[in-house]
Amino acid sequence: MPLTQDEIKELHKKSREIRKQIVEITYSAGGGHIGGSLSQTDVLVALYYKYLNIDPSRAHWEDRDRMILSKGHGGIGWAAILGDKGYFDKTLLKDFNKTGSPFGMHLDSLKVPGCDASTGSLGHGLAIAIGLALGARLKGKNWHTYVMLGDGECCEGSVWEAATIGAHHKLDNLTGFVDRNKLMIDGPTEEITTLEPLEEKFRIFGWESLRIDGHDFAQIGDAIEKAQTIKGKPTMIICDTIKGKCVDFMENDYKWHYGGINSDMVDTAMKSIDSYYQNILG
Amino acid sequence: MAEGMTWSIEEADKLTQAEIYGDVLCQLGDKYPDLVAITADLAKSTKIGRFGQKFPDRFFNVGIAENTMFGMAAGLAQAGLRPVVSTFAVFTALRSAEQVRTDICYQNLDVKIIATHAGISFGQAGTTHHCTEDIAITRSFANMTVIVPADGIETGNAVVAAMEWPGPVYIRIGRGFEPHVHTTQDYGFEIGKAETINDGNDITIICCGVTVLHAVRAAKVLEKEGLRVRVINMHTIKPIDKDAILKAVEETKRIVTVEEHNVFGGLGSAVGEVIVESGKACAFKKLGLQDIYSIVGYPEDLYNYYKIDSDGIVETISEMMGKKIEEDEDWEDET
Repeated sequence: MPLTQDEIKELHKKSREIRKQIVEITYSAGGGHIGGSLSQTDVLVALYYKYLNIDPSRAHWEDRDRMILSKGHGGIGWAAILGDKGYFDKTLLKDFNKTGSPFGMHLDSLKVPGCDASTGSLGHGLAIAIGLALGARLKGKNWHTYVMLGDGECCEGSVWEAATIGAHHKLDNLTGFVDRNKLMIDGPTEEITTLEPLEEKFRIFGWESLRIDGHDFAQIGDAIEKAQTIKGKPTMIICDTIKGKCVDFMENDYKWHYGGINSDMVDTAMKSIDSYYQNILG
Repeated sequence: MAEGMTWSIEEADKLTQAEIYGDVLCQLGDKYPDLVAITADLAKSTKIGRFGQKFPDRFFNVGIAENTMFGMAAGLAQAGLRPVVSTFAVFTALRSAEQVRTDICYQNLDVKIIATHAGISFGQAGTTHHCTEDIAITRSFANMTVIVPADGIETGNAVVAAMEWPGPVYIRIGRGFEPHVHTTQDYGFEIGKAETINDGNDITIICCGVTVLHAVRAAKVLEKEGLRVRVINMHTIKPIDKDAILKAVEETKRIVTVEEHNVFGGLGSAVGEVIVESGKACAFKKLGLQDIYSIVGYPEDLYNYYKIDSDGIVETISEMMGKKIEEDEDWEDET
């Protein structure tokens, strides 16, 4: 069932909150992968606040849906959501990156409740997700496995190795997302190494392949719901997004893949986020 | 071996290491309904395919895609299954080192890896298929247990024991065509506990894998020369049996390590670390590949060429025994 206007409004409010937290954590942590954390936010918010079958009070509940952030550098954005969902005391996030903190740039599955796999080294998450999806089938379980890849990550050969195998096993209990913000550390993806046509590539590899605006909740919801109905193959949803989304001085600037911000920048960023949501929410 | 951990294969002494582990896995498949096996187009070569024939629903051949295979194994373990993965050592420890380290060891997952064709056992295949670095690499992964069984019977014991051993385990085997050292499986195999195969107080050979056979043969030759050689089968490289090493240092004062591996980072290095940290001194020699890539050839010729067969061990020990060794009775003052 498509998301209602009320649901979409609530998801926007949550995204606003998460984006502000991302800015705060980036500030207190002394730096972070803020650009990609902001680009992935809406898809993750839709998953965590609408679609995932999870129980944060039981992080290891066997029947939970699994979520792998293969683009593990989005850890700040992911942790903000996990904390907000109640997997842990979110005041702990002020210690992000601090010595001895459970929270580093790339989340550790043994230290962060709700983190289903330790990622960060790109090109690993899809294979782990395939193992989890196959595991669900073997155990006769209904959990769904979700995995989010970075677009630059799709340069890794192991992504395509895994894509081949995921299709071979007809894993319709597996849904992937590519956070297609079109920028990697050193610049635009298409200038560094061409990734397009990404949607067609996954289709040729045997996946149901969709392309959406990754900041449009109606499209995000429709795509996730469509993926749930696809039988006999996994689904990859290419989400066109904007790196640094909602922070005007970061948007579409590859230099904000990773960066630190001072208090003035925090103020500017918060104003920019408010202004964006003012337009949407009124 | 712990109570209840058994396997039974008729005429096991006539089978290779891989054949035995393949058959043992089939038996374990009955015991562990959550055991799943994975390989990367080496079902026949590694013998993990035997499990696949018996349990086709619990067997995955991913094709030639080792990196995905190890990542999948991590996911399957996280899903609550017990993955056993098998491919050649070179593809495990070198190509997929990062997946093994980051996906499996970092997350401390119960994945058991049986790496075959290790060392120079696949001699004719050349250096691309040899692996003389894997002990060094895998023992540097925190949480990883590293086992190098001496023969097929010990491989059976190791596979059985690994299933009840927590965390990731790397079991390194060769092609295993050599005669068995053990005649029975009931000799008390225990992960982390070295086996003294031959006792003696003149010198100690610490060995693993195929070199155990050669060490035993060398000890017999040297016995005729009047030397009493202790042979320690250090089947577990990590966690290593420090007590056995230090006892040998104290009682024999001369140690030679023998391995089918680069002398940098392998068994010899692991033994040397224990000795150096103890503060005890002893004559010490590492036999193995002396930081070179292996040549092509029949394995038995290569073992001879690199002086890790009985001839090479006898030669080395003869040289060592000819040298004057400090016989310091006042041992305690050196600690």
